[in-house]
Amino acid sequence: MEIARRLRAAFPAEVVEIKEQHGQAAMVVKRDRIVELLGWLCDTPESRLNHLRDLCGVDNKNREIEGLSRFEVVYNLWSIELRHGLRVRAQVPEDDPRIDSVTSLWSGADWHERECYDLMGITFAGHPNLRRILLPEDWSGHPLRKDYPLRGEQEWSGMEELLRKVEQLQKYDFQTGPASAERMAQPQKQGDETL
Amino acid sequence: MGPQHPATHGVLRVDLDLDGETIIKCSPQVGYLHRGFDKLAENRTYAQALVLSDRLDYIAAMANNTGYCLAVEKLLGIPVPERAQYIRTMVCEMSRISSHLLWLATHALDIGAMTVFLYCFREREMLLELFAELCGARLTCSYPRIGGVRQDVTGKFIADLKEFVAIFPERIAEYETLIDTNRIWLKRTVGVGRVSGTEALDLGLTGPCLRGSGVDYDIRKHCPYDAYDRVDFEVPIAEEGDIYARYRCRMEELRQSLRIIVQCIEQLPPGPVVSREAPDLVMPLRGPRSYEGEVSTYGTSLIRLLEERAVYPAGDVYVAIEAPKGELGFYFISDGSSRPYRMHIRSPSFIHVGALGFLARGGLLADLIANIGSIDVVLGECDR
Repeated sequence: MEIARRLRAAFPAEVVEIKEQHGQAAMVVKRDRIVELLGWLCDTPESRLNHLRDLCGVDNKNREIEGLSRFEVVYNLWSIELRHGLRVRAQVPEDDPRIDSVTSLWSGADWHERECYDLMGITFAGHPNLRRILLPEDWSGHPLRKDYPLRGEQEWSGMEELLRKVEQLQKYDFQTGPASAERMAQPQKQGDETL
Repeated sequence: MGPQHPATHGVLRVDLDLDGETIIKCSPQVGYLHRGFDKLAENRTYAQALVLSDRLDYIAAMANNTGYCLAVEKLLGIPVPERAQYIRTMVCEMSRISSHLLWLATHALDIGAMTVFLYCFREREMLLELFAELCGARLTCSYPRIGGVRQDVTGKFIADLKEFVAIFPERIAEYETLIDTNRIWLKRTVGVGRVSGTEALDLGLTGPCLRGSGVDYDIRKHCPYDAYDRVDFEVPIAEEGDIYARYRCRMEELRQSLRIIVQCIEQLPPGPVVSREAPDLVMPLRGPRSYEGEVSTYGTSLIRLLEERAVYPAGDVYVAIEAPKGELGFYFISDGSSRPYRMHIRSPSFIHVGALGFLARGGLLADLIANIGSIDVVLGECDR
């Protein structure tokens, strides 16, 4: 909590709200100077929040709370030396889902941000390699957005190719192919002879 | 390399740029096992989504379940009876041993030590039998529940566990005689895949990978959960940061886990094993539930299951546990309904696979295999 207040003193224009819940301090900030702000938290001797525990995106479409932006990027930080933590929630608007990348502070944020881009569709400016990570490259849409359906209406574009390949490989199939049926019959006959 | 390669421990594909045998660039490709747990959990009640956590790190399911339950308990403000806390600590450490044994077995097999593989599986089998004794399942246990555990431990389970605890120390020594000073093992591991403490922090490594680089970060000590603040244990740390250091860390952890289990058995207090406030999907067990003598029926379980408009406190919470592989974190947002508004899983394997590019760069192709083994990844957890 103390650090959150100090941060507000250092960046008065950036910090929107500070609160504490379940014994965990959290703060809502604006997105514009996020790298500078997290860098401050990481380097200042009193906070030393040098371990990025978690980074994820949140879609607030179905939450009816005053002052919430459509998207949020949540950073969970922990200080290994001082053993305290802080959660930073950066506001990201709906019409321009973009925030600066923090890969310059933690190179481990690379995959966190790629995952967030893949599933939530938030772009990270300055990220070295912002590609889809869990879904196929040619996937359309971002599944963790609240307006994305739970059950899709159409097949993934790569599915047809996959099915064609299965058909081609069918002739080698030991269970169903015509060639395999003969082969299956063969050893059985031999077995009968030995008996 | 991959996704169907015997040494990638699952469906991991690694794109490699090679100069002869030297790796210039290594970029791991994941996602083959992506099942969309985050989205699935948003459409299930808290009690239903528990089973998803089994399928993360399927060789240490107990630890995942516990992490999930702890996060939900904190979010919804559900107290846990003391006996259940001890039981969960105990099964967490059992799953740590089981996970480390599987890691040692496959890691050693990749490097060429076949015997260790067979020895480790012998002991792992004992643990899986114990899990089956406890809850009926060997791998996907779902034994810890929100607000406690599913059912009480039996006398036979404790007796069998004591037997395991008695013989296991000499088995650890047995593995160590096989590989600790083995020349081939040392050549393959000492000085390979080196990562300094600062680099490890920068990459986000946790668990034995971070402690192998000399950083003292163990969530069991930093933010104790369940009964970890009431048992006595040490956190093994090695300074070198290479594959051998990570191996030594895990071997010491086996001994420490055993210590914790012994203390849990000794201190196990009497009392109920599940909280009365638990929003549990009440299982129609045979006979009355041991903790309060109520006969649960299908009727009550259905009502509780369909209790859609239960009022839970809204808010968000991040809870992490020290899973066998590293920091396993659950970030929950509740909007007051009986389903999580958002669930995000911080899985150690995901971050560790991401660090593989750094570890393997400049090394030999054969060392990549040793590196994949030493960061101890499970792809089910990585892809979620």
